[in-house]
Amino acid sequence: MTADTISPLLGEHPEDAAVLVLEDGRAFSGRAFGATGTTTGEVVFNTGMTGYQETLTDPSYHRQIVVMTAPHIGNTGVNDEDPESHKIWVSGFVVRDPARRASNWRSERSLDEELRAQGVVGISDIDTRALTRHLRERGVMRGGVFSGPALLEHGYPRRIESLVQEVAGAPAMAGADLTGEVSTPQAYVVEPSGPGAPHTVVAIDLGIKSMTPQRLAERGMRVHVLPADATITDIQALAPDGVFFSNGPGDPSAATHAVALLREVLDAGLPYFGICFGNQILGRALGFGTYKLEYGHRGINQPVLDVRTGKVEITSHNHGFAVDAPIGQEATAPHDGGRYGRVVVSHVGLNDDVVEGLECLDVPAFSVQYHPEAAAGPHDAAYLFDRFADLMSSGARSASGLSASDATDAASTKEN
Amino acid sequence: MPRRTDISSVLVIGSGPIVIGQACEFDYSGTQACRVLKEEGLRVILLNSNPATIMTDPEFADATYVEPITTEVLTAIIAKERPDAVLATLGGQTALNAAIALDEAGVLEEYGVELIGANIAAIQKGEDRQQFKEVVEKCGGESARSHIVHTIDDAIAAAEDLGYPMVVRPSFTMGGLGSGIAYDEGDLRRIVGQGLHYSPTTEVLLEESILGWKEYELELMRDKADNVVVVCSIENVDPVGVHTGDSITVAPALTLTDREFQKLRDIGIAVIREVGVDTGGCNIQYAVHPDTGRVVVIEMNPRVSRSSALASKATGFPIAKIAAKLAVGYTLDEIPNDITGSTPASFEPTLDYVVVKVPRFAFEKFPAADDTLTTTMKSVGEAMAMGRNFTEALGKALRSIDKSGTTFHWDGEPVAGEALDALLAQASRPTEQRLVQVQQALRAGASIEQVFEATKIDPWYLDQIQLVNEIAAEVAAAPALTHDVLVRAKRHGLSDVQVAALRGIGPQGDAVVREVRHALGIRPVFKTVDTCAAEFAARTPYHYSSYDAETEVAPREREAVIILGSGPNRIGQGIEFDYSCVHATLALKDEYETIMVNCNPETVSTDYDTADRLYFEPLTFEDVLEVYEAELAAGPVKGIIVQLGGQTPLSLAQRLADAGLPILGTSPEAIDAAEDRSVFGRVLAEAGLPAPAFGTATTLPDAVAIAAKIGYPVLVRPSYVLGGRGMEIVYSAEQLTGYVQRALGEAALAGDRLAPILIDRFLDDAMEIDVDALYDGTELYLGGVMEHIEEAGIHSGDSACVLPPVSLSQAELDRIRTSTEAIARGVGVRGLLNVQYALVSDVLYVLEANPRASRTVPFVSKATGVSMAKAAALLMVGHSIADLRASGMLPTEGDAAVIDMHQPIAVKEAVLPFKRFRTAEGAVVDTVLGPEMRSTGEVMGLAAQFPTAFAKSQAAAFGGLPTSGRVFVSVADRDKRDLVFPIKHLVDAGFEILATEGTATVLRRNGIPSTVVRKFSSGRGPDGEPTIVDLITAGEVDMVVNTPSGQGARADGYEIRAATTAADKPIVTTIQQLSAAVQGIEAILAGPFSVQSLQEHMTALAASATPTAARS
Repeated sequence: MTADTISPLLGEHPEDAAVLVLEDGRAFSGRAFGATGTTTGEVVFNTGMTGYQETLTDPSYHRQIVVMTAPHIGNTGVNDEDPESHKIWVSGFVVRDPARRASNWRSERSLDEELRAQGVVGISDIDTRALTRHLRERGVMRGGVFSGPALLEHGYPRRIESLVQEVAGAPAMAGADLTGEVSTPQAYVVEPSGPGAPHTVVAIDLGIKSMTPQRLAERGMRVHVLPADATITDIQALAPDGVFFSNGPGDPSAATHAVALLREVLDAGLPYFGICFGNQILGRALGFGTYKLEYGHRGINQPVLDVRTGKVEITSHNHGFAVDAPIGQEATAPHDGGRYGRVVVSHVGLNDDVVEGLECLDVPAFSVQYHPEAAAGPHDAAYLFDRFADLMSSGARSASGLSASDATDAASTKEN
Repeated sequence: MPRRTDISSVLVIGSGPIVIGQACEFDYSGTQACRVLKEEGLRVILLNSNPATIMTDPEFADATYVEPITTEVLTAIIAKERPDAVLATLGGQTALNAAIALDEAGVLEEYGVELIGANIAAIQKGEDRQQFKEVVEKCGGESARSHIVHTIDDAIAAAEDLGYPMVVRPSFTMGGLGSGIAYDEGDLRRIVGQGLHYSPTTEVLLEESILGWKEYELELMRDKADNVVVVCSIENVDPVGVHTGDSITVAPALTLTDREFQKLRDIGIAVIREVGVDTGGCNIQYAVHPDTGRVVVIEMNPRVSRSSALASKATGFPIAKIAAKLAVGYTLDEIPNDITGSTPASFEPTLDYVVVKVPRFAFEKFPAADDTLTTTMKSVGEAMAMGRNFTEALGKALRSIDKSGTTFHWDGEPVAGEALDALLAQASRPTEQRLVQVQQALRAGASIEQVFEATKIDPWYLDQIQLVNEIAAEVAAAPALTHDVLVRAKRHGLSDVQVAALRGIGPQGDAVVREVRHALGIRPVFKTVDTCAAEFAARTPYHYSSYDAETEVAPREREAVIILGSGPNRIGQGIEFDYSCVHATLALKDEYETIMVNCNPETVSTDYDTADRLYFEPLTFEDVLEVYEAELAAGPVKGIIVQLGGQTPLSLAQRLADAGLPILGTSPEAIDAAEDRSVFGRVLAEAGLPAPAFGTATTLPDAVAIAAKIGYPVLVRPSYVLGGRGMEIVYSAEQLTGYVQRALGEAALAGDRLAPILIDRFLDDAMEIDVDALYDGTELYLGGVMEHIEEAGIHSGDSACVLPPVSLSQAELDRIRTSTEAIARGVGVRGLLNVQYALVSDVLYVLEANPRASRTVPFVSKATGVSMAKAAALLMVGHSIADLRASGMLPTEGDAAVIDMHQPIAVKEAVLPFKRFRTAEGAVVDTVLGPEMRSTGEVMGLAAQFPTAFAKSQAAAFGGLPTSGRVFVSVADRDKRDLVFPIKHLVDAGFEILATEGTATVLRRNGIPSTVVRKFSSGRGPDGEPTIVDLITAGEVDMVVNTPSGQGARADGYEIRAATTAADKPIVTTIQQLSAAVQGIEAILAGPFSVQSLQEHMTALAASATPTAARS
């Protein structure tokens, strides 16, 4: 029974064929791209037309197979300046038309070479739009890319069923705590690289992108990047003016250590800024829930409304989870009977009304779900780093800890 | 922030006639704007002199003025209508310049009218070179090093600093008019001289050469809350040096990393803010150094542009529509994205496909013109195509151009050795053939580095072309056309015709390929343009084909009518045909699901709002067939309309019918009957209608024999052409021999056999009459009878004409009606019919009949208030003229054969592009009109009497007739007798007459004083007395009357006409035109133009019609 096997998917050139299989059984045939073999993960799509290098090296994509909706990928090759971390994190890469030749004055090598060198299994020549529409309609799900020997069993094409089973055996994203897998093992410092108040910032690496400390350093800050398992003692030892929690992979509901740590930061009255995962952690620390989006936001064209100014910024997104907080009204943070005072949703995604930012009114903390560091993506939201610097400069907090009267003071200070 | 409540009426300025650099994209943007403003409940007042536009259809505005776009007319309209605001950013450079002139004249202030969209300061900052340079620097960008000059001497001095080559750009001109690249001082003097002339501020910018850099454009929008989005990035495949309108362009940009792209974006946003475009769109162009990435900002347009029309079609983001909403106060986040319906317009479209735009040129119409592509735009139209990758989109775009020699081929042996070097050398000079030369060079084994060296085209694109060559080689070498071979070929844009050629399958081999392909189940799928790369569901069926896995065509229940558009604009087939196609969709929408197929991004027909479904596809047999089959699978299809889009769809009719597709309206056989001389001759004979003697020849001896039998002069042309391509009046056997030999030579070069040459008796001194009519099989409706102002022999598209005819009697009109009816019946027309007649000595000759929409359909429709194309579409689906009269689509009774004394007089005047075309030496090409059409557009003058209507048409076409000064007269001998009366009138009106000796003698004997001037060929006099050409060039002559003498001694005439065109002065080249001009001048002298809207005209017409109806 050939109908049950993948052989119809292999075409006239089975030697370089590849197959992408989703956990719901839908299969796509294509050609091997990058390394050959097997990979599984959560299949997600990214709609950015530029920035594949940044995407590949963004730790938030850990354990995800990324589908690029832009058809031509690899045109500008790979350079050593643009990666967002030291390695490619995606578990698989799905493109339609990989470049045969890179053309850019900064290019050092081809994308195909880079994927092979890092052992990243990819697939090309598939109908990425059909796959994207499928994920949009059914929601993101697990999938696998199989190429080379992984397509065969005892020298014969494998049965689709066996590929689907292999995919189903992969761990799901919901409930996954992946921070430990992506965080730096050792602390390091990013020195100031531009003018600005010489604040000391502790950045907790939950999967940090290299552009983020750079954006802080450009504003005169000294950034101590600490591993995800850092404690409040480690943080306070550095006597920071503010604390930052980065982006990162996984389900925020599983990030118990990070949430607990952030509460200690808030209790210590340290100014806080979070991006992406750091927004979800703030949401959870404040006592809000988080939930998995049907198919997430991954792209660099997302309109976000800054509720305070009424202005729209075009932003870079990469998130599959979101915070469940009330939009359009001031709320009391539910945690511990309102311990952290009032909070507002400061930013809203205009495409689907998803919470894209939180601002505490009584403690010096704010965060956004999207990526003001914008690598890849537009720079519209870069002002948030300035807002963080201002928050630290305003001296709203000392390390003396939180009290109700302090909180009120903080709020009124900010309104001045 | 909702819409402003302090504005309740807006005057929208259109862009006037179609000219190179400013085409129907502004009809698209203007139509969108008017529609939006009306929806917002505003009173819309519109000014546009171009009748062939959808925007000037009376239903798109409350008051539509088809009047000249001049300060005088605008002032009259503002005084009459008292609008609250003027919107000038959607009508191209013409509207922007008109707004500046209005402001300078103090009119805006006087009437308290606000300029919305962009204010004067912003326009100045964006357009003035020096101010813009300062803006760029403020925004952290870099401009090319430059100098502003106002004299040629300053330019020479600046060259010391900048060095050659150097770019010359005049300020405030459109489409790059007058710009060029100077390689030495000679070039510099010439180009700066012209540039100073064209610039309304006598200002020219000189700048360092950035030739060969990568070129990019961004389309941005800003709202009054200062939200800015980048709608689209466009990359030019042709590097800097070729005007973006003449470049092959790609969206999105494909060879920039995110960091590099964001840098362009940051600069662009800073610039739009600094310039202060309050609301609306703007376009910014950049150059990026290929080795260092240094970015130079080239220029910006603080308005909607050709590129924004392209960007709108490329992304599905309707820039003009949104610009109009922003102009009246909305912010981007308040405006929904129509395509998704669920997300706001405050986002940046993302594409999961590639868009390629290819320009279409018309150098064949101007054989003397230099065909090098420069920073002055020369293309007359463009085609756009989409595919899921670059090669697919490119292949589709190239075949959309619909012109032989524009697609990749693998015929013959690849060149080698010196021939390859020569080919590379050719490719280093940008021309319309360059991409095919590149493909041939790569095919011949040139390396990508070599080709890059020659062309500076980015290696990524060169590699993609190489990929197409490799795939072609696979196709050619494959033992058989297997599934994988064919899929790969189709996936990379090869047409069935190309595959057949590669496989060496003889003529009609594409049919064989198609059969194999269909047998293997290889069909294109249709994807959707959705602005968001499938992130959200799209609700607008805006489709393009691709060889991919999944199709998105939705099933439907309503029966569909497919309308084939007209493809890229070209001379002879332009906006007029799009107008008819759009009208057909509007007429059929109630009864049918309308489906538009077209590949022209500039048009209203390719707006996703126009038809129920839009297929952005090439108009070739293969592509149309696939659309049909996809739609047939989706639901019932009533048929296809081919007769509204001009020659392109018409030429597909027979093959589509043979393939079993239902052709609506006139059958392909009937279309052929009208084209085939012998069949048509029988139709005429049966009806007893005279035609000039004619014959058809396929060899030289035949041609000579036929011409001898008919008698010279004869009109010769190849059969099956539109726009009179290759048509000439031939006076002798020698001339005829030359013509046929050229045609044979061209056919041999193209590998075609010689198409039959039609030879007609040329009727000297005939009055030409154009007729547009409708026929339903039993009844005729005569839509319009147009009397040409020039005599027969000048292509009807280039000739001015008047409707209703001003000198035909009722008996003649009756004869025209009877003859037209006989032809319609004889040919078997169902729908539109255009007939050209020549009236000589009381005999009405039939010159030709075309059973299709003609170029004059929009003019007739606008002048008479009856939409001919809408009516035709309804006839084609089975309604009768009686039905349409009953429903009010046509008047209850009567037609153009009935003289109505209340009907206003409409004059159509053609607009010619001669100024754009220079010989390699820099001289203007000759401006004599002939049987080959060369105009790009038209205007309409509307008034109660002919003289005023004619004067208005002249003002609209080129700025107007003089009312005082000097007129130079030099006419052919045969015209001398007819010269006396009109010149007498000019003298009486106070003009000074200059004349050459012979003409002066005739005038003197008739008692008309004139000053004798030296002929050009006589040279300057002993004391440096200037020749007439010197006087014209010095601007001392206000109008020139020069009729060519037909044979010989043309040199003087050419120099005179070229100098006049270069000096931008009116030129009259026929005696009939002179009479009209004199009448027009007298009308202007009698007082300023009064303006009346189309709506007022229609009301007056209806009022005058009522008593007539009552009497009958």
